[in-house]
Amino acid sequence: MNRTHDQANAVFVAHGLSKIYHMGEVEVHALRGIDLTLYRGELVVLLGPSGSGKSTLLNILGGLDAPSGGEVRYLDHMLTGASESELTRFRREHVGFVFQFYNLIPSLTARENVAAVTEIASSPMRPEEALDLVGLGNRLDHFPAQLSGGEQQRVAIARAVAKNPAVLLCDEPTGALDSSTGVVVLEVLEKVNRELGTLTVLITHNAGIADMADRVIRLSDGQIADIHRNDHKRAASELSW
Amino acid sequence: MRALDRKLLRDLWHMRGQVMAIAAVIMGGVATLVMSLSTYDSLVSTRDRFYSEYRFAEVFASLKRAPEPVAERLRALPGVEHLETRVRAGVKLEVAGFNDPITGLMLSLPDSRNPVLNGLHFKRGSLPQPYSADEVVVADSFADAHGMQPGDTLVAIIMGKRKVLTIAGIAVSPEYIYQIAPGSMFPDFKRYGVLWMRRSGLAAAYGMEGAFNQASLTLARGAHEQDVIDRADMILAPYGGTGAYGRADQFSNRFLSEELKQLQTTATIFPAIFLGVAAFLLNVVVSRLIALQREQIAILKAFGYRYPAIGWHYVKLVLLMVLLGVAGGVALGAWFGQGLSNVYMETTFRFPYLDYQLKASVILIALGVSVAAAVSGTLYSVARAVRLPAAEGMRPEMPEAYRATLVERIGLQRWLDAPTRMILRHLERRPLKSMLTVLGIACACGLMMVGNYQKGAIDFMVDLQFRQAAREDLALTFIEPTSGRALHELTALPGVEFVEGFRDVPAILHFGHYSYRSAIYGIPAEGQLHRSLDRALQPVAMPPGGVVLTEHLARNILHVKPGDVLTVEVLEGRRPVRQVPVLGITQQYLGLSAYMQRDSLNTLMREGDVVSGAYLAIRPGAEAAVYARLNDRPRVLSMVANASAIESFYDTIGEFVLFYNLVATLLAGAIGFGVVYNSARISLSERGRELASLRVLGFGRGEIAYILLGELALLTLVAIPVGFLVGTGLVGILVQAFKNDLYRLPLILKPDNFAMGALVVVVSALLSGLLMWFRLGRLDMVAVLKTRE
Ligand SMILES: Nc1ncnc2c1ncn2[C@@H]1O[C@H](COP(=O)(O)OP(=O)(O)OP(=O)(O)O)[C@@H](O)[C@H]1O
Ligand SMILES: [Mg+2]
Repeated sequence: MNRTHDQANAVFVAHGLSKIYHMGEVEVHALRGIDLTLYRGELVVLLGPSGSGKSTLLNILGGLDAPSGGEVRYLDHMLTGASESELTRFRREHVGFVFQFYNLIPSLTARENVAAVTEIASSPMRPEEALDLVGLGNRLDHFPAQLSGGEQQRVAIARAVAKNPAVLLCDEPTGALDSSTGVVVLEVLEKVNRELGTLTVLITHNAGIADMADRVIRLSDGQIADIHRNDHKRAASELSW
Repeated sequence: MRALDRKLLRDLWHMRGQVMAIAAVIMGGVATLVMSLSTYDSLVSTRDRFYSEYRFAEVFASLKRAPEPVAERLRALPGVEHLETRVRAGVKLEVAGFNDPITGLMLSLPDSRNPVLNGLHFKRGSLPQPYSADEVVVADSFADAHGMQPGDTLVAIIMGKRKVLTIAGIAVSPEYIYQIAPGSMFPDFKRYGVLWMRRSGLAAAYGMEGAFNQASLTLARGAHEQDVIDRADMILAPYGGTGAYGRADQFSNRFLSEELKQLQTTATIFPAIFLGVAAFLLNVVVSRLIALQREQIAILKAFGYRYPAIGWHYVKLVLLMVLLGVAGGVALGAWFGQGLSNVYMETTFRFPYLDYQLKASVILIALGVSVAAAVSGTLYSVARAVRLPAAEGMRPEMPEAYRATLVERIGLQRWLDAPTRMILRHLERRPLKSMLTVLGIACACGLMMVGNYQKGAIDFMVDLQFRQAAREDLALTFIEPTSGRALHELTALPGVEFVEGFRDVPAILHFGHYSYRSAIYGIPAEGQLHRSLDRALQPVAMPPGGVVLTEHLARNILHVKPGDVLTVEVLEGRRPVRQVPVLGITQQYLGLSAYMQRDSLNTLMREGDVVSGAYLAIRPGAEAAVYARLNDRPRVLSMVANASAIESFYDTIGEFVLFYNLVATLLAGAIGFGVVYNSARISLSERGRELASLRVLGFGRGEIAYILLGELALLTLVAIPVGFLVGTGLVGILVQAFKNDLYRLPLILKPDNFAMGALVVVVSALLSGLLMWFRLGRLDMVAVLKTRE
């Protein structure tokens, strides 16, 4: 893997990011001064104890939430201070999300769940193609209720990648799955990252999963405790926990 | 405070929009009930108090003329407690600056004291001086309509002689709470006035010295009214008695009773419809609301709470909403009730005061119905949630099973994008819930149609009555039956274009054990001015030899059909009793009539060409001149102008109906909005997670709004035609319930009725949509990702 970490390849650049939640008298500092650059085509794993601010950081990167201080840039778009509809456009065109609880639309089939997103994207792949990619070409017309948890999560990944996003943000995508199903899901993410070159950010509690990353970022109490480069990346299929 | 109670308050606060909307639904139903019943109770209570405080007589007798000593024989009858005689004179009145004909009625007061029976309640001024011959007391309705005060003067034409009278007092009498001039259908305070004058003065002017032509009496305890009436009739027959009668047939009291009876129907049917629909909606809304709490219920159950405790917890939540709604409804209803009572008093019934009554039982009914509807809905949903094993309730909700909808299965999917499919599948997934929502919205539409139905119906009745049936410009009554030659004189008057004579004979109609006291009208066979209409509302020729009856009179009061023979007890002249066949049935929405050919009625009465009065068509512009000429004729007792009758109708019954209409419309609107808003709001709660997920995926606010509001719009569109059916059905119930002697409502629904029904639904939907739009803007995307519902 020969990726150059120069400014030309930077996708996200964050400076001094902070997030403060006000709960009446109490202030919760979820993020305190994060400086971070994420590059094209990397697979980044975010580790850290519960409450350390991982989800908060991911949500800000994905344009779901706004920081209380600092700034984030996506390519040449400034995300901080962008309007509601600019952020919606940003998510629609550039970001794919994968969540712990799949969040599929129960009234749509696998194919239609993907189509719901491709219908509004500018240069998507066909839904069938995306489902093939995650190995569900034979489950096109199943409703979510007719799929297993792992299959539902793979549909969610297909839905996230079908629009050919530049960024894939995954918050504990294997959190609700058993180890062997989780591996299948991770293999799909790895494949997408490799074949499409999508910058992939993956949150997990599982240090074992960190072995498949290009870089591992550890958060602690709202700050970056450590950034570690993985020189010996392992394939997802070799992982287990 | 216990944690669970704190949760309750927090939930309530969180749902405040829905709480208000649910309260609005209850409020609408309760306010209608409280308004209607409290108005009814107040008027009944006011009437009873007024009757007893002012000693309203119990039996009344009119006659041509009897010397005063005859009164002693009446007083001596067993069962008579108090008896008072008086002189009663039909007059014409003139008020400076008012040119229409005015009919007046003058009654005598004892020369030097207050009357014992039928006392006067003075609003201003006082009794005339003892023995005064030029001072009068004027009924407050007439005085107010003309802005007259004690000290003002007016002119009375008594037996053709003009007399200038000074007003000594302005008063209300229990005998004239409802005032209608002979020959007209509705109260007209400007053109009909009741006056009181000291006896000797009136007797002198009317040629009644030492005599009386009316007596009223009260009954001793335990006396039998009919016995007293029969004995009084025997004594008065030689003096031209027209039959004594009890309170039930006393004109004002009878109409008051009819109006109250009708108000009671209104006060039962309307609120039954409104409260019934509100209760249904409440039940639906509450059970959906509680169904949303499924997971919380499972958690409570896992903690070890039992069904009764959980049920009670949610019942408390719902009861708070119900209490809010009932309290608001009672307050609003009481306020509207007082307003309605006052409209009644200004337009129809001249009570001197209002005894406003809001009975505890009314509030209890309101509370009972609302609580029952809400609590049953709550317990049903709680029971369903509790029946689930706790683990299942808490498990991340299994994606619900959906399938392709019918529309898609028949091959239309090509034209449907994903959001549209979501709408259709969601609706088809829960057909019962979709149906209940449609029915709820339809009910709101139907209520609105009921609320404003009466206005159109009344316009229709007035048009039919005054432009199809009674088309004369002026109806005049002679002082007594007169030769038909008098019609030639009327025809000769300048400005009179056409004259038709009529004969009316007061009579009691009997069939089997049914009877009805009214009059038989003799009209020309092929009348041009005054006609009767058949069921298809076409004018029909009067057949000879029998009577034609208004449908309601024939079918519901006398229970006769064409071919049956009535026994007619005439109350005039020698008071013959005759057998008369029923020849036909006519459709008439206002009043009740028995018509005959005039020639046949003359034959029945064994008299020649005799008329009681005439219908006149007057050349436009010549009215004032004709009135003036007729005013001077001593034989003309009263005149009623058609145009002013319509005007007075709208001033009285119309005003009341419009008030009721306005209130019903407002309340139907409140209910409609409550239902539509709640449907939308609950939908948002049920699908908030899904919509937030779509937002995360990059759907804009407009796109997710389409999914949520598209469903609402679709349901609303389906609900409108269903609502038209519901409304038509409810109006049908109303029409069936509203059959009384004063009027029957036609089943007439005009386009604007339907439009109003649809409008309330559409406006509510748009408003709810707007509110949802703002809510969608505040949808929390981050929270959705953290929790699994
Ligand atoms: N809406 C909120 N209001 C107040 N505090 C919040 C809110 N969301 C998050 N926090 C706080 O911010 C901090 C960071 O939360 P975050 O969700 O980013 O943690 P995390 O690292 O993703 O934890 P986990 O691994 O448990 O998901 C936590 O202390 C949390 O309590
Ligand atoms: Mg997290």
